[in-house]
Amino acid sequence: MPTISRRSFLVAGGAAGISACASRGTRRDVAPLDIPNETRADAPLFFNAEERRFVSAACARLIPEDELGPGAVQAGVPNFIDRQLAGPYGQARTWYMQGPWRKGSEQQGYQLKFAPAELYRLAIRNLDAYCRRQFHAAFADMSNSDQDAVLTALEKDSIELVDVPGKTFFTMLLQNTTEGFLSDPMYGGNRDFAGWKLIGFPGARYNYVEEIEQYGMSYPLPPVGLLGRRGGRTRKI
Amino acid sequence: MATKLAAVDAVIVGFGWTGAIIAQELTDAGLNVLALERGAFRDTIPDFAPTHIQDELRYAVRKATFEEPERQTLTFRNNSGETALPMRQLGSFMPGVGVGGGGVHWNGQNWRFLPTDFKVRSHNQQRYGKKFLAPDMTMQDWPLSYDDLEPHYDRWEYLCGISGKAGNLGGVIQDGGNPFEGPRRREFPNPPLKRSAASLKFDEAARSLGLHPFPCPAANTSRPYKNPLGIQMGQCTYCGFCEWFGCGNYSKASPQTTILPVLLRKDSFRCKTDANVIRVNLDSSGKRATGVTYVDAQGVELEQPADLVVLCAYAHHNVHLLLLSGIGAPYDPTTGRGVIGKNYSYQMSAYIDVFFDEIVNPFMGAGALGQVVDDFNGDNFDHGPHGFIGGAYLSMWTTGGRPILQHYLPDGTPAWGSQWKRAMHENYLRASGMQIHGSVMSYRQNYLDLDPTYRDIYGSPLLRMTFDFQPNEHAMMKFTSQRAIEIAKAVKGVRGLHKRAREGHYGIVEYQTTHNTGGAILGENPRDSALNRYLQSWDVPNLFVMGTSAYPQNAGYNPMGTVGALTYWAAAAMRSRYLKNPGPLA
Ligand SMILES: Cc1cc2nc3c(=O)[nH]c(=O)nc-3n(C[C@H](O)[C@H](O)[C@H](O)COP(=O)(O)OP(=O)(O)OC[C@H]3O[C@@H](n4cnc5c(N)ncnc54)[C@H](O)[C@@H]3O)c2cc1C
Ligand code: SF4
Repeated sequence: MPTISRRSFLVAGGAAGISACASRGTRRDVAPLDIPNETRADAPLFFNAEERRFVSAACARLIPEDELGPGAVQAGVPNFIDRQLAGPYGQARTWYMQGPWRKGSEQQGYQLKFAPAELYRLAIRNLDAYCRRQFHAAFADMSNSDQDAVLTALEKDSIELVDVPGKTFFTMLLQNTTEGFLSDPMYGGNRDFAGWKLIGFPGARYNYVEEIEQYGMSYPLPPVGLLGRRGGRTRKI
Repeated sequence: MATKLAAVDAVIVGFGWTGAIIAQELTDAGLNVLALERGAFRDTIPDFAPTHIQDELRYAVRKATFEEPERQTLTFRNNSGETALPMRQLGSFMPGVGVGGGGVHWNGQNWRFLPTDFKVRSHNQQRYGKKFLAPDMTMQDWPLSYDDLEPHYDRWEYLCGISGKAGNLGGVIQDGGNPFEGPRRREFPNPPLKRSAASLKFDEAARSLGLHPFPCPAANTSRPYKNPLGIQMGQCTYCGFCEWFGCGNYSKASPQTTILPVLLRKDSFRCKTDANVIRVNLDSSGKRATGVTYVDAQGVELEQPADLVVLCAYAHHNVHLLLLSGIGAPYDPTTGRGVIGKNYSYQMSAYIDVFFDEIVNPFMGAGALGQVVDDFNGDNFDHGPHGFIGGAYLSMWTTGGRPILQHYLPDGTPAWGSQWKRAMHENYLRASGMQIHGSVMSYRQNYLDLDPTYRDIYGSPLLRMTFDFQPNEHAMMKFTSQRAIEIAKAVKGVRGLHKRAREGHYGIVEYQTTHNTGGAILGENPRDSALNRYLQSWDVPNLFVMGTSAYPQNAGYNPMGTVGALTYWAAAAMRSRYLKNPGPLA
């Protein structure tokens, strides 16, 4: 299979023991890291220390802690992203990743040969180098306003990075941050239901027959996750 | 050489909605039937149980139940001047995989096409004149009518236990239903779903403008229901994890909840999962299918002989298999000749997010819970002054409030930071989405063929999609969106709107609908179509092809109601005529 070498390369970067080259014909719907990771401790599975610092700093600006409550960092989002990148998503396990590679139109969508994990690794390296040149500090060590300026420039596609398109990385980072803030806590983010409490979503409930016609009423019960009321705060093993 | 297996009477390729119906019908007719499904076996319990199905990240964001592009995808370009590139991640549409196919994770918005939708070309030409249609339009009238399909629509709706209100009973218009629909023989099997706050507000606004709102016919059961096969369904609980998820409550009509409990008990039926069909085999005359070849979970190629082959693999997969098997002449857009891949079409949809003063609890919803107006769909209004044909239904949906993908924010909200957070806090419980769900005609330049460069995991060329929205559709969308905005503005207690328009080129990135149509269309003759009116291949009479690939163009409705009816219609012809005397039915 043409994808073997690329994937073995990726596996070297992550801790996931993924064999993407299992017999063709087998769908591995549930790869090990799709499974809730609340039983794992907080130690990074994918990020190195610098990357982890970058992602935490970026998450703190994307969804800050403020008068409305916890932000992405307090909700465990950096940990969530780390798990996602170490798992099948990070390896683009379900994506079509065969060449030839060409830049397409916007309508044709993602055409980079980088899986998310690889994109993060390259982008963070590029961005920290950029920040050191422009601001004489790594992103994580910059002031909040300088960090915001860099994030805004990325969003507007006005920073050119060496290896990857900055805007593509920004979009992915923001998407993953939002996912971590708003997904079931068993994936490591949305700790103590911080995201769901902010918006008023009661979580993994399944029956609103009684309530749906009580128009204008707030739903009275607190959020619940698939693993229950605690929502899956990291259990140390 | 592939190992040759023992022959069966009929082999069904793909075991989703159409595969399940055909299997049930053909086994009832006494045939020995084998279904080959590329995905895994799944059932309500354990696969969709409420112990784990309400997982937005896994199912809706990472798309655990959908096709994996790694294994099979297609390439896409807007026009034949471009180089098509692979759809590397799912986006615009998401074909299902696994037993039940798209039936597992559809919404259940269940429609009949309008009587005039079956004669789009002749009807519009008659009413508006020949010049009204653009010269590159390649629509064709269906070779069957609404009246032909009516009994089969009825059968499908009772199978599923559709919840709705009739708008036209035998020609008599009914209060509370869709006054524009074709005549139906009887009421829906179940009353409409309970209404959401947003849908009631929409209803009031639409009425105040003199329009005719009604509840969307829903394949989410509003009360316990036993279908004609004796299978029991439960009352929908408005869980809000409906479309993109399996139902854990036996309330969403799917093969699992309406057919399989009966079908799987039959000795004359077998289904092999992890069996990916790679081609239909023909005899030396090229006019008779001898069976199919598939690849099993171990990567072994197997040949399955059968007297009858039925493709039920979903719209563009059917077309892909026809092209890979060399059945029918591939369509050539420069000459307009050939039929396989011709008239590929889609749905054009846009959204308006509506922000209310009051809480509307979007998370209490169901896949087809919504109020709709059909006043601007099909030919339900005079197109004369507007210069386009076709139309859209306008709806206010309450399908769920999954936080990651179903949060709506007012115009001008930044995408991150404290202001984003505040907007999430203030709007999540107060927002709801309106949809403009429009028709797409077929065009000479929109088609499917095989890609010259990219291949799938089995080594076959990928399907290549060449498609763009055309001026007629942009005009339709502009007009119907304006009507939708008028309704939105008439809704009481609305403090803001956010328009998500559909303008410019079609793109495959953003999810729109899994309503792909055409490519193996039915028609009057083999020159213009791949299939006859019974969905039988003109070229290979012991091959039938089910699903939306048969639509000569797309109407302004979700496709499944018509797919269900069409499948029963074809099955009836197989049972009453073909099996007695196998050969061309038209
Ligand atoms: C999220 C979503 C929401 C939708 N909502 C609605 C709605 O509200 N209303 C509506 O009318 N429609 C809706 N649809 C569309 C509807 O689900 C489809 O029209 C319907 O499922 C089509 O039935 P089918 O039998 O043609 O295909 P499917 O039900 O998809 O079944 C095809 C099967 O064939 C299998 N297959 C494909 N290729 C092969 C192969 N080579 N070998 C073996 N097996 C193969 C697939 O794995 C699949 O199981 C929705 C679709 C999606 C994805
Ligand atoms: S909304 Fe109703 S039909 Fe849909 S999944 Fe939930 S219970 Fe099932």
